Amino acid sequence: MSETAVERQIDRSQMEVSDKLAIQITHMNKWYGTFHVLRDINLSVYEGERIVIAGPSGSGKSTLIRCINRLEEHQAGEIIVDGTELSSDLKNIDKIRSEVGMVFQHFNLFPHLTILENCTLAPIWVRKIPRKEAEETAMHFLEKVKIPEQAHKYPGQLSGGQQQRVAIARSLCMKPRIMLFDEPTSALDPEMIKEVLETMIQLAEEGMTMLCVTHEMGFAKQVANRVIFMDQGQIVEQNEPNAFFNNPQHERTKLFLSQILGH
Amino acid sequence: MADIHFVRKAMIEEQEPPAATTGVAGWIRENLFSSPLNAVLSILSLGFVVYVLSALLPWVMSPTWSAASLNECRELIGGGHGKACWGVIRERWLQLMFGFYPKELYWRVVLDFALLLVAVAPVLFNTLPRKMLIFSAIYPFLMPWLLWGGSIWNPVVAAAGFVLGFLAHKYAKPVLGGLTAVILAFLVPVLWWFLLAGPVADGLASVLPLALETVESRNFGGFMLSITIGVVAIAISLPIGIVLALGRQSDLFIVRSLSVGFIEFIRGVPLITLLFVASTLLNIFMPPGTDFDIILRVIIMVTLFASAYMAEVVRGGLAALPRGQYEAADALGLDFWMAQRLIIMPQALKISIPGIVSTFIGVFKDTTLVSIIGLLDPIGLSNSIRADQAWNGVVWELYGFIALMFFIFCFSMSRYSMYLERKLQTGHR
Amino acid sequence: MTSLTDPPKESFRLGMLIYDTRYRSLTIQVVALIGFMIFAAWLINNTLYNLAEQGKTIGFGFLSDTAGYDINQRLLDYNSQSSHWRAAIVGLLNTLLVAFLGCITATIIGVFVGILRLSNNWLIARLMTVYVEMFRNVPVLLWIVFTMAIMIETLPAPRAFKGENPTASMVLFDTVAFTNRGVYIPEALFSRGLGDLPILPDRDSAACQPGEDGSVDDACGVFQISLDLLLIAFVFGGGLYASARIRKRADRIQNATGDRPKTWYLRLAVIAVPTLAVLVALGFHLGYPELKGFNFKGGTHLRNSLLALWLALSLYTAAFIAEIVRAGILAISKGQTEAAAALGLRSNRIMNLVILPQALRVIIPPLISNYLNLTKNSSLAIAVGYMDITGTLGGITMNQTGKELECVLMLMLVYLAISLSISGVMNWYNERVKLVER
Repeated sequence: MSETAVERQIDRSQMEVSDKLAIQITHMNKWYGTFHVLRDINLSVYEGERIVIAGPSGSGKSTLIRCINRLEEHQAGEIIVDGTELSSDLKNIDKIRSEVGMVFQHFNLFPHLTILENCTLAPIWVRKIPRKEAEETAMHFLEKVKIPEQAHKYPGQLSGGQQQRVAIARSLCMKPRIMLFDEPTSALDPEMIKEVLETMIQLAEEGMTMLCVTHEMGFAKQVANRVIFMDQGQIVEQNEPNAFFNNPQHERTKLFLSQILGH
Repeated sequence: MADIHFVRKAMIEEQEPPAATTGVAGWIRENLFSSPLNAVLSILSLGFVVYVLSALLPWVMSPTWSAASLNECRELIGGGHGKACWGVIRERWLQLMFGFYPKELYWRVVLDFALLLVAVAPVLFNTLPRKMLIFSAIYPFLMPWLLWGGSIWNPVVAAAGFVLGFLAHKYAKPVLGGLTAVILAFLVPVLWWFLLAGPVADGLASVLPLALETVESRNFGGFMLSITIGVVAIAISLPIGIVLALGRQSDLFIVRSLSVGFIEFIRGVPLITLLFVASTLLNIFMPPGTDFDIILRVIIMVTLFASAYMAEVVRGGLAALPRGQYEAADALGLDFWMAQRLIIMPQALKISIPGIVSTFIGVFKDTTLVSIIGLLDPIGLSNSIRADQAWNGVVWELYGFIALMFFIFCFSMSRYSMYLERKLQTGHR
Repeated sequence: MTSLTDPPKESFRLGMLIYDTRYRSLTIQVVALIGFMIFAAWLINNTLYNLAEQGKTIGFGFLSDTAGYDINQRLLDYNSQSSHWRAAIVGLLNTLLVAFLGCITATIIGVFVGILRLSNNWLIARLMTVYVEMFRNVPVLLWIVFTMAIMIETLPAPRAFKGENPTASMVLFDTVAFTNRGVYIPEALFSRGLGDLPILPDRDSAACQPGEDGSVDDACGVFQISLDLLLIAFVFGGGLYASARIRKRADRIQNATGDRPKTWYLRLAVIAVPTLAVLVALGFHLGYPELKGFNFKGGTHLRNSLLALWLALSLYTAAFIAEIVRAGILAISKGQTEAAAALGLRSNRIMNLVILPQALRVIIPPLISNYLNLTKNSSLAIAVGYMDITGTLGGITMNQTGKELECVLMLMLVYLAISLSISGVMNWYNERVKLVER
């Protein structure tokens, strides 16, 4: 595991954390059947925060961020995203989903649509944006993730790293205020991880609120303003990256870090 | 922004989920009443189930097992309708199973199908000892002998043909070269079967008359007939299907065209037209004086039918093999047939087993079509049972029984094939 | 084997035919071809000899002889004086009719059941599983005769509708009668109808001689097409076309402004209004079945044989289609739905824009091969006496004329032609999808 994500200076001019709440989770619990996956989660995310969630597999970190846009349903507690409470009300779910972008481990691009169509689908049908305008926005974001020339290809013709960057562009086309990343680099080869991380860092530099489930500790050190460590469905420790990596407090955190960083 | 530093002091133990989501109530809420639409659907379907069962159960629970005719049934249930007459099943179930096969020889059929399971087992379950495959090789000769009876020397000399072909190949190859050996391996058995087999079998029979009582094919009927046609057709169609599948994949234009032509022709016409060929035309195609009996003709046509479908199943198996397997075989210096025999076919056939089982289920179900050309399969027998004065008018009990038998057989086979498919998907290949 | 008989040439050894890669494949092909030709010649020779022994000749002249049997369910004019040829055509149309009806209902039921099997309602999903397994694992022939038995045994005889206190009554406001002789439904009648259009009129036949008023009999062609139905079909088709244009327009407006206008009522109107107008203009009314004597008169009589075959084939094939639909939907990974949901799409849009376009590619090829199976299985009509092509050409015609070879050959060719056209459509579709994807 590399210590850095990119070999360049990170531009921190716009990385400001405001005191406005973006997400507030209080006493949230979730069960799969009788299995208690998320236990009393309390988490406040402020606008502009870049949070990395780490933890062993099965610790509930993916489930946690999937609850935030209700791909999973929680059974107890409260999740408030941008002032809207997440409940079974479809209107609220729609509102939150169009404000929260999500990037998946396996990209989940639509294989029957071109890259451009992948990016314009939701703006056209959800945001009701004219096609031309949607395509312009899409091209803008595709340029940003550095693959405008692939716009008319199909996902199957792209490499994994390119697909993941398209997936990020697709989310950005909805102009979300919060981005969720669910292990975005776990399914990629090492060279491709770099290009995806570069895109994510760029996003952070522009001040996007981000929650990333990832094992990229270099990314956490360079970009995150907070690292959360989860185990057994609960938040075990959270701290600023420096303090988290250099001075972990909890036994489980120490064990995890020694395994993942190899010292 | 508040201080973000946090360390958990004590881990939270696992807790019970909220009562509303667990237990019977939670299950019912989740699976039956999760939305208003679901609630309506659940109630409607529950009503449907209750309605069907309330109509069906009293009909099934009918104390008519001992009745000897439909009239007796009516007396037993007090003339009312809506009750089954099970006497017909008690009286005729053996007939539905064995047709007009002699009662005292039923054991031969039962033994035959029991041995079938033994013969097929090592193919389907590879945990069994490989030595059992020897029996699987003997079984194809044993099976017709047990069913049709006659001298034991007939299957023995038939099998001897294969042994002779094998020996001819083995001993001719070092002396005469590969090509001549292959030709001999074909020629010797053919000459043996056509010229010597008959006299030798007769001769042996007169020296050592070991024979089973002969049973004519016209006495075959019921499920025994369906299973016989199905099993024989599938067994013979497998090698033909493999050859056709290889032909279809061949680079040789004429070989490929002939295979494609045959496969597409057979798959393009309904089985019933092939059965018409069996019932009216097959003897016309054969040399004058040939008189295959109708069951043999049907088996021939069903075999051709199954071969075309089998060829497609095997082709699917071949297509599923990674290219690397062919290249590896070539790189090892194996010739075409060796590569097929040692590397390609064992894997392709293993992948194809679920497809082969499905084809078998299809052919087994399709054997009911022979009732249209007058054979006494279960459906044909149900008509002739109704023609009996005592049971004139019994419909549901017979169809129900036949359907149930088919269902049990096909359902268990299809479950087995699904299990295999899952095993193949997860198993290391 | 036969390569031994090939004459060896100079500087060419026999062995080269089989060991030299230049000749090897050629040799094998020639051997295969010769083998095939010998086999075919052997079959033909046997056949000719055996037919001559039986005193039969090969020829198709019998097709123009009088058939002499009736076909009760038919789409063309036909009577027992018509030729075997015409009987075969009537049979073929009956095959196509039941195949067409069957494919439509099987698709509807199959899609419905397939989707319900994936329902999160436990009871519904289980019920659908029971349905699928029940039909898949019992032979279709048994279902056909079973359905036929239900129609004959459980429905009331027409005379049950008679008298002061009838034991049976018609349903749907006295317009439909379910009897053990079939179902009687209202028929479409036109008081200002346009008559029939004779196709391929035979100028010499009696029916085509101009009558006293100078008009010719409608029944003068080889067959007639109802001008009323033609007109209705034409107008209806025009409506469909207009509706498609409206959809295109909605696409354009959406592309330009982002808002998609609601058009379903407009689209419904352009189909329904002109069609209804034509119906009124033609004086459309329904002729209801009525009990006259011991049977129903008037209305359209759907025979048991057609209904039983149609129903059984539909339900049987639907079980297979349901599995295909289910597998097709399951083949689309859950990630696709999640990604679309995360983008804010609602579930019906996810279905239309993401799942269906992908699932259809998986579903359509096996779906078409099931249509093919249904068409082939329709040959089991013979078991319930529905006169399809197997029942006419392969049944009564064959038995009456003794021309087994010709009849079976023609029968096979007809089915082969149907199969090849259906698989042609499938290949075309597969090619098209492949092009779109890459």
